[in-house]
Amino acid sequence: MDFDFAAEQPKLVQLLIGVAAFLVVVAVILLLVDRAPMRRRAWTHATILLLPAVALLSIGLVVPAVRTTLLSFMSGDGMRWVGLDNYAWMFTQPEALTVLRNTLIWVLLVPLLVTSVGLLYAVMVDRTRFESLAKSLVFLPMAISFVGAGIIWRFVYAYRADDQDQIGLLNQLVVAMGGEPQQWLQESPTNTLFLIVVMVWIQAGFATVVLSAAIKGIPAEIVEAARLDGASPAQMFFRVTLPSIRSAVVVVAVTQSIATLKLFDIVRTMTGGQFDTSVIANEMYNQAFRYGETGKGAALAVFLFALVTPIVIYQIRQRREVR
Amino acid sequence: MSLLSRTNRVTLVAGSIGLALVATACASTENKPSAGGGGSSTSADCAAFTKYGNHAGKTVSIYSPIRDTEADLFEQAWKPFAKCTGMKITYEGTGEFEAQIQVRADGGNPPDIAFFPQPGLLERFAKAGKLKPASAEVKKLADEGWSPDWAKYSTVDGTFYGAPLGASVKSFVWYSPGMFKEKGWTVPTTWDELMTLTNTIAASGVKPWCVGLESGDATGWPATDWIEDIILREVGPEGYDDWVSHKLAFNDPKVVAAADKVGAILKNEKFVNGGYGPVKSIVSTAFQEGGVPITQGKCALHRQASFYANFWPEGTKVAEDGDVFAFYLPGNDPAKKPVLGAGEFVAAFADRPEVQAVQAYLASAEFPATRMKLATYVTARKGVDPALAQNPIDKLSMEMLQNPDTVFRFDGSDLMPAAVGAGTFWKGMTDWINGKDTKTVLDYIDASWPKS
Repeated sequence: MDFDFAAEQPKLVQLLIGVAAFLVVVAVILLLVDRAPMRRRAWTHATILLLPAVALLSIGLVVPAVRTTLLSFMSGDGMRWVGLDNYAWMFTQPEALTVLRNTLIWVLLVPLLVTSVGLLYAVMVDRTRFESLAKSLVFLPMAISFVGAGIIWRFVYAYRADDQDQIGLLNQLVVAMGGEPQQWLQESPTNTLFLIVVMVWIQAGFATVVLSAAIKGIPAEIVEAARLDGASPAQMFFRVTLPSIRSAVVVVAVTQSIATLKLFDIVRTMTGGQFDTSVIANEMYNQAFRYGETGKGAALAVFLFALVTPIVIYQIRQRREVR
Repeated sequence: MSLLSRTNRVTLVAGSIGLALVATACASTENKPSAGGGGSSTSADCAAFTKYGNHAGKTVSIYSPIRDTEADLFEQAWKPFAKCTGMKITYEGTGEFEAQIQVRADGGNPPDIAFFPQPGLLERFAKAGKLKPASAEVKKLADEGWSPDWAKYSTVDGTFYGAPLGASVKSFVWYSPGMFKEKGWTVPTTWDELMTLTNTIAASGVKPWCVGLESGDATGWPATDWIEDIILREVGPEGYDDWVSHKLAFNDPKVVAAADKVGAILKNEKFVNGGYGPVKSIVSTAFQEGGVPITQGKCALHRQASFYANFWPEGTKVAEDGDVFAFYLPGNDPAKKPVLGAGEFVAAFADRPEVQAVQAYLASAEFPATRMKLATYVTARKGVDPALAQNPIDKLSMEMLQNPDTVFRFDGSDLMPAAVGAGTFWKGMTDWINGKDTKTVLDYIDASWPKS
């Protein structure tokens, strides 16, 4: 594929116009703020500064959210009102229930695994000689996109008949130990677990780094005092380390929950939602864009939103407490 | 007190005005006529294209599910047309056509022309008012070039949206003539003979059939072709039409029986999956690789469309006495030979003159002729000489498609609403091969039919 600058010119020009327009808007706002009367300045200034953000939020978030909610009560082509049919479909059809079940498995397992793997790793490498190397190694997968990771792991799980050379790492290990090659991604519900491994592989590094920093933040006096009192390593971990970094653990778990609820790329790349591995975001895309069933897609989106909201609220409150 | 000093304020204003000016200055170059207008070339080669007019400097974008080699061949085929009319044709092939065309149309960024392989999808866009009706010229070309059957597939509520482009015949079974000769097997003419042959081959220690269903987002479609072919034979063409339009339920006993007939082959460990492993390997085998074990003697039969000629390893000779060849998938009665096929339709989201010119050119007899000279290609258009075909299967397909006595039916899953045809039918078939039973899968597909 060749990249022709002349052919891309219109897009580049659009980009430039966009940047210029943005600067003009910022300039106008700053000037307005500047010119605003001194009295009750805080109010007027706040209003002027907030307006663009509020306008953009309503265009980009509130209006689509309202529209999606309305669509979720309409038929696939968005022509008729169907009441709660789409929601009824979501909670009764076995296929849709499988999607909900899978999402539940993901949301329960991923934050738990990511946090515990990250915590274990952080504690283990803490203050060892090769700490920074170990942390960089576990953090590396973070640099790989979910799609990239999905493709890598699809190769790891690849299947070839037992009379052929295995191209998948996992099956090669199985064969080397005298086993039969397996179709890892085809057996439900274990295939969901094999997909979860990929997510944990990517995210564990994040957890390690955050938790490791928190562990380092524990005041040395406390650790010393515990040591002098003769705390065993287990007591040290459960009585001192864990309570001291509680808020960091919560932050990791909460961010992981949200990331997991939105999960789309890994499932899409590795199985496309086949073999009962679909999750809400993937099914939403299928229904809305591939099958032309916007109603069902919107219903799934609304449900996803409803699931994420309490976690977000919890996280915000948590942050406030930390402060 | 001001937030900004006087100089700051001046810089801010001057800076942004300056940038805005630069931007608009750049924008004005956009409308300059592009240099090197091909319209000026008036060589003899261009005589054939004068009727499409001069569209110097215009661009037509085409979006399609056809990629890679086939896409290159398309671009090569219409290059002279584009050059002589002075227009530029930008082509984009995608593996996620079904979803992305919706995204682009909804996002207000549709292509000028899209090649729809599914009349069901085309109908959805037509009903949503996104497509432009075909011009009178295109309609005329379509009337003269295709049987009314074909025109019907891209007609929605009496409006004609675009002519067919390529076509394929799906009712073929690929095999190796050399292998058949060596083992003394003969080409079957009835379903019973086919099953006898299958058992004979299985007894000889070779897995008779090889199948591949994996096709990215569209995984499962080759199995839907199997079911369609058998329904067409078992329930008859009228029954097939009823099934496609959901007058015959998806879980009707007749459909269940037809599916089980397919299942007797595809779900039998003794019969599949030559060269790839057990039954379950079918769903993880790419459809492009599905038939390749035939060339290695690891399986004997592969039911796949005429276009599979593209996927044989390089150097494989497609001929009656070559490395691979195909026979018609038999039914119960050798006298009746219904044909299952498919094709693309050229529909437009814009009705600018240059877009209509491209549509007209693609609907003409010249385009398929040019394309066929390059490499394997099949069209159902009348007036295109089958002798131009690159291999005997293409030639046979063209003769079948052009023969007025042929009972032709379009790929059923492509005619059904996308929720079924591009969704639950594909997915259901994958689950079915992966172990679910026929009734459960057909009940599931039937329940997903959009209510309207």
